Amino acid sequence: MTKMNMLQAINNALDTAMAEDERVLCFGEDVGVFGGVFRATSNLQQKYGKSRCFNTPLVEQGIIGFANGLAAQGSVPVAEIQFADYIFPAFDQIVNESAKFRYRSGNLFNVGGLTIRAPYGGGIAGGLYHSQSPEAYFAHTPGLKIVVPRNPHQAKGLLLAAIHDPNPTLFFEPKRLYRASVGEVPDEDYRLPLGEAEVTKEGTDVTVLGWGAQMEVIDQAVERAEKDGISCEVIDLRTILPWDVETVANSVFKTGRLVVTHEAPLTGGFAGEIAATIQERCFLYLESPIARVTGMDTPFPLVLEKEHLPNHLKVYEAIRASVEF
Amino acid sequence: MTTTKSKVVYSPVFTDGAEFRIPTFRLLKQDGKLYKSAKAPDLDKDKALRIYRAMVTTRILDERMLAAQRQGRLSFYMQCTGEEAAVIGSAAALDDGDMIMAQYREQGALAYRGFTIDEFMNQLFGNEMDYGKGRQMPVHYGSKKLNYMTISSPLATQIPQATGYAYGQKLRGEGHCTITYFGEGAASEGDFHAALNMAAVHRVPVIFLCRNNGYAISTPAAEQFAADGVAPRAYGYKMDVIRVDGNDILAMYQATQEARKLAVEHNRPVLIEAMSYRLAAHSSSDDPSGYRSKDEEAVWREKDPILRMRLWLESKKWWSEDDEKQLQENMRREVLETMKRAQKRPPPPLESLVSDVYDEVPPSLAEQFDKLKAHIRRYPDEYPKSAEHAKGGA
Repeated sequence: MTKMNMLQAINNALDTAMAEDERVLCFGEDVGVFGGVFRATSNLQQKYGKSRCFNTPLVEQGIIGFANGLAAQGSVPVAEIQFADYIFPAFDQIVNESAKFRYRSGNLFNVGGLTIRAPYGGGIAGGLYHSQSPEAYFAHTPGLKIVVPRNPHQAKGLLLAAIHDPNPTLFFEPKRLYRASVGEVPDEDYRLPLGEAEVTKEGTDVTVLGWGAQMEVIDQAVERAEKDGISCEVIDLRTILPWDVETVANSVFKTGRLVVTHEAPLTGGFAGEIAATIQERCFLYLESPIARVTGMDTPFPLVLEKEHLPNHLKVYEAIRASVEF
Repeated sequence: MTTTKSKVVYSPVFTDGAEFRIPTFRLLKQDGKLYKSAKAPDLDKDKALRIYRAMVTTRILDERMLAAQRQGRLSFYMQCTGEEAAVIGSAAALDDGDMIMAQYREQGALAYRGFTIDEFMNQLFGNEMDYGKGRQMPVHYGSKKLNYMTISSPLATQIPQATGYAYGQKLRGEGHCTITYFGEGAASEGDFHAALNMAAVHRVPVIFLCRNNGYAISTPAAEQFAADGVAPRAYGYKMDVIRVDGNDILAMYQATQEARKLAVEHNRPVLIEAMSYRLAAHSSSDDPSGYRSKDEEAVWREKDPILRMRLWLESKKWWSEDDEKQLQENMRREVLETMKRAQKRPPPPLESLVSDVYDEVPPSLAEQFDKLKAHIRRYPDEYPKSAEHAKGGA
């Protein structure tokens, strides 16, 4: 075990994967000698050489097109998109190519080795284009997996699982926690399961569900609610696609209430999908409407970021409202 | 820091690139004889006949399957007519272990590699023996064993993928390269630029083969770009480039052979612009009479690449009238008989609707599938293709 922040854990996961398998490659804008703008790929080029860790030209559609080809060839590419806000030029390569490669070829070919890493989310004064949470766009695309870690331990275990998973995986990293989140991380290779949510705290009155950086917000809100005598069950979804309906439904059978929170805007956000599925599954068990606490339906603001974001106070209020309904 | 090493001037000087005039490489005249100063590439009889048979096979397959589409047997078809030399000449210059990442009009390359008529037909009819499990429209072929990547409809997406695939080949060090095909229209997509730039920067063994066939559906090349074709763009990437008469099988073969050497032995990506003409419609859904003249088509019909090669083969005494007659008859018969067989084969099983989305069917999709089967069981007559498969299960 070593104490690491999330960036160190991600760097350590990449290092672990590259050491174990020479087919693993890391590339993207500024990923080479500089180690990425957040330093997630620090020292990898020095350690594994320029052919396995390198800068690419500034062209996201090219990075992912290149990565798709590499994965089809049998390599294990880990492509970095510098900010999730800049993933959209690669939307075609991800949605029409990565996601459909196996299906359209009848499993003759696949890009299962592909992992796309991208820092996402707000709270860093990044304004419109360094703050977005684009998971819902991709959640509408069968064939992709989408994973979001909440802390360093999760980050390493989930990233190693994503790299080794036989399906193309988007790995969204909560950049607000890159240095803020610190914890004990095993030094060896370990993999956490994809497609499985984790109950991080058991409770009886209300289920509070989120992922990534929002888990820290949930923890603060829950601490406050528990002081009011409300027993909260907390779930980290961890994998957005395909998501773990069972764990969430089982929790709601018990609590009868669900609060879902994410940073992305309300309309078309993934909380809507969760709410629809859970009301189908748990209709007769629900004691109150499923609540969504999300970013507002605006572009991501700068100065009024705090007002926009679903912070612990808004989540706390939703918990109270759900229980008092 | 800038990497430009150009000289400095003290008054504004604009250049328009007019000094870069790219010649067209050509060896064979339409009468099958070599140009005076031209020398045929090293191409033995066996290989020449393998190429020629693939060209004729492609032409016959195209004619027959377009007719089948018109008869309502097929939903859709795309012909390669007029471009057989550009496609097959280049494919023949490669090692069969090299990867081909095509656009959709390169069935000739697949025929050359040995894809059987039966395999073509199974894909076209989307039956239970189609490798693609009936999921894609006709002509979206793929073959793992022949190193031919399954076709994807979105244009140009295969081009940066080819760069990536070839980068992987370079790392593996087995001496293979990737060729990717695309039209002059697809070369307007951003993916084209991304792919060529990345290939040049990372010194990737990839051959970019642009089939400049004059039209992107109805849009003529003159409305696609202002420049002299696609070839001059290679200068912008510092990439080797050659423009070739795409209807000249020998020139296509030799140019690609040399390109392959540059790619594999020197890690230099190459752009080849094959100048040809799409003699057929864009697809079975298109009617060229709305945007080009019969006269224009007639000019290009005179430049038939298959006839040009046949005349060359005959001049070498490698081919005769009888050989031609026999090949034509045999191919037509095989295409017809195989088509009838393939058309009768059952559709892919219902399970293929949900398999291969992921390596395993995820629980929520399995649940959707169970619901679908239950629904089909209630209305078996409405789902004749799958009613049998829907029996059993939840």
